[in-house]
Amino acid sequence: MAADSTTGQAAAAPHGRVDWESWHAHNSLKDLASLQRGARNFMNYCNGCHALKYERYQRMANDLHIPAAALEKDLVPPGSHPLDYITTAMPAADAFNWFGKVPPDLSLITRSKGSDYVYRFLKAFYVEPSTVTGSNNLAYPSTAMPAVLSELGGVNEAVFRQVKDAKEFDHFVNLVRGSMTDAQFDDFVRDTVNFLDYVGEPAQLERQTMGIWVVLFLVLLTWLAWLLKKEYWKDVH
Amino acid sequence: MANEVAQKPGLWGWINRRLPVETFMSSQLLEYYAQKNFNFWYFFGSLALLVLVIQLLSGIFLAMFYKVGAASSFDSVEFIMREVNYGWLLRYLHSTGASAFFLVIYLHMYRGLMYGSYKAPRELLWLFGMMIYLSLMAEAFMGYVLPWGNMSFWAATVIINLFGAVPVVGPTLVEWIRGDYGVADATLNRFFSLHVAALPMVLLVLVGLHVVALHETGSNNPDGIESKQKKSAQGLPLDGIPFHPYYTVKDIFGAGVFLTLFAAVVFFVPTFADLFLEKANFEPADPLSTPDPISPSWYFTPYYAILRSVPNKGLGAVIVLVAVLAFFFLPWLDRSPVRSIRYRGWIFRTFFALFTLSFLGLMYLGLQPAEGIYVTLSRVGCVLYFAFFILMPFYSRIDPVKPVPDRVTFHA
Amino acid sequence: MTDIGADAYGTAIDQSRRKFLTLATSATAAVGVVFAAVPFIESWQPSERARALGAPVVLDISKLEAGQMITVIWREQVIYVVGRAQGLVDKLAKNDGELKDAKSEQSIQPPYAHNEMRSRRADVLVLIGICTHLGCLPRQFFAPGDPVLGASWPGGFLCPCHGSRFDLAGRVLIGSPAPTNLSIPPYSYKDQHTLVIGLDGPQAQGAA
Repeated sequence: MAADSTTGQAAAAPHGRVDWESWHAHNSLKDLASLQRGARNFMNYCNGCHALKYERYQRMANDLHIPAAALEKDLVPPGSHPLDYITTAMPAADAFNWFGKVPPDLSLITRSKGSDYVYRFLKAFYVEPSTVTGSNNLAYPSTAMPAVLSELGGVNEAVFRQVKDAKEFDHFVNLVRGSMTDAQFDDFVRDTVNFLDYVGEPAQLERQTMGIWVVLFLVLLTWLAWLLKKEYWKDVH
Repeated sequence: MANEVAQKPGLWGWINRRLPVETFMSSQLLEYYAQKNFNFWYFFGSLALLVLVIQLLSGIFLAMFYKVGAASSFDSVEFIMREVNYGWLLRYLHSTGASAFFLVIYLHMYRGLMYGSYKAPRELLWLFGMMIYLSLMAEAFMGYVLPWGNMSFWAATVIINLFGAVPVVGPTLVEWIRGDYGVADATLNRFFSLHVAALPMVLLVLVGLHVVALHETGSNNPDGIESKQKKSAQGLPLDGIPFHPYYTVKDIFGAGVFLTLFAAVVFFVPTFADLFLEKANFEPADPLSTPDPISPSWYFTPYYAILRSVPNKGLGAVIVLVAVLAFFFLPWLDRSPVRSIRYRGWIFRTFFALFTLSFLGLMYLGLQPAEGIYVTLSRVGCVLYFAFFILMPFYSRIDPVKPVPDRVTFHA
Repeated sequence: MTDIGADAYGTAIDQSRRKFLTLATSATAAVGVVFAAVPFIESWQPSERARALGAPVVLDISKLEAGQMITVIWREQVIYVVGRAQGLVDKLAKNDGELKDAKSEQSIQPPYAHNEMRSRRADVLVLIGICTHLGCLPRQFFAPGDPVLGASWPGGFLCPCHGSRFDLAGRVLIGSPAPTNLSIPPYSYKDQHTLVIGLDGPQAQGAA
């Protein structure tokens, strides 16, 4: 996990090639505090453009043990009700004009792409002045999304190596420091991904707890059935 | 027996004088004798029945919440996953059940191949089984389309286009199946009806016929001999035991083991590393973007690998059809005097081992991209797969078989 | 150990152990079936969405005048909000002799509406507009002595399906097929003009 935070923001440290494709989110749904921070991160930094159209504010608060007062005060935007789905305030038409495409709903992003992908994506922005947004991304080349987290994580430049006919990513060089340290930003991204992982399947929290009891019960039943089978099969020679 | 029951007083006697419940039950369970040497491979028939019940129950409940339609299907599946009480459990039971069904059926069929259960007098039993397998493939394919994810959409597109290989009427047929000029709302709607009504009925009838045919001929066994015919002085089969209680308690134990594993998947790894529920199917159907890579569910991949190893659309479709239908002809392709692999010679065993390898290999290859070494290997697998069937009339005749024992092998 | 029989092979069979194991396995399996039935049965309960849509309804009643009625939907049920004239208390009390359940002992209402007026405020009546007979919607016939219903009609509701009659507190008149008075939903006032249906609110007792 510690290795993950060396995403190259640590100044121009040419410590060999950075294998960004091996970064893992290592998030844990059992970490309630992380989920709560992730929810706040999402509302503050993502919800401006991205919706979670299958998740209700209230459901989120119940599952993540967010008190009703905190929910209404910090997380539910004015004009929305706690029972509403988490939509975005940005009109789709405006979004289309600004970014060339409507920012996708993120309810299922961790299910369709995986948590690690989202984690890599959020940490793999770099400066590229020739693009519309002025930035590009290793995980999703030519993404229409601007590097909105650069004020936190800093602005990076990507250094590429020439391998045969292709350019291959080598490492990042930090140009502008963000307001967070590398470790803080890493946690920030991990919490956000953790929250999106939860949103992808809210039942996960309940599913595994329940599964333990179901499996234990079935083991007991199978053991009894085994004794019964053995008893009857004493007859068969 | 029938008279005893009919003379019983009370409601039970009243019912049995009008409907032979007890006579039927005892003839099918207590007086139905099976060979006593069934092994591990004999669990999968009853397990298939158990999975069928799981699928019917979870399916009936899912249909109460699912809303068919290109605009509503995907949302309604998420509604089930998130807002219906225990909806996630209903869905995971059904999606895991689909894979479990094929796993159990493949092992059940493999048992039949190993012990020659398709041979006379069980040809019809085998044919009904194969028809169940075919209906199950149709059922699974149409069920896969219903969540209307992007994989659903493209699976439907690819599979329906296979029918375009039919000479002359192909394109018209494809359009007729889809009910539109591409896979669309109309396709989804008819698949829903077939998946929840028509095919389950067909399946139930076929399962009924399969069981009736089984109880007429009796089960085969790992030795592939009919020593049940040998009776003791009391007139009871020497190597047979009543199905109830002996095989009922054994099958209950088998069901326990199966359900434990099944629950472990449902509760802890429902996507089963992308094999039971694919990532790409958590994106809504998008006619503008084909998922990359695209591969069918694991239970179809052997045929998919065969399809891809043929560089011609018409021929590919024909060969896949032959690959599936080849199983139907086994009772007549196999000329060996013995049934069970235990008493077959090295020639049959070699072909059988190569067939096993080719099926598993093709299953793996079907999940890999269609390029380079994978295509070459698929072609090798394809040849081995067909060699097993096409050459069977020859090698099964010259196979140096071993002497078959009089009585079954059984160690208490 | 008592029931020892023998099978066809002459082996001793411990019948009591068999009975015990059969019973233990069947009982455990039965428990399993009961637990397995829970998710299926629970899935029929109102979903998260239904419960969210069943959230309290907020209604502005500043324009509600005596003799007027507003209808709203709360939890898929029709709610009648009726403006009542001042001084109706005495008139309602006069009906008592003709009522099946004048004191609303058999009827459904929150404690703060279990009073003579069956409401928190005398000037506003909040009812579930569903006939307690078979579920039709009673119609408003607020004028006493209505020409159709006769001179003795106290003013209230008439159910079009089977003729059940209710007074202006939703109390059922003798001779109606409806068994009990119309039910009252939980409700409260956020302020003088804002009615919240579906929420009991802070006030434990309403002023009649």
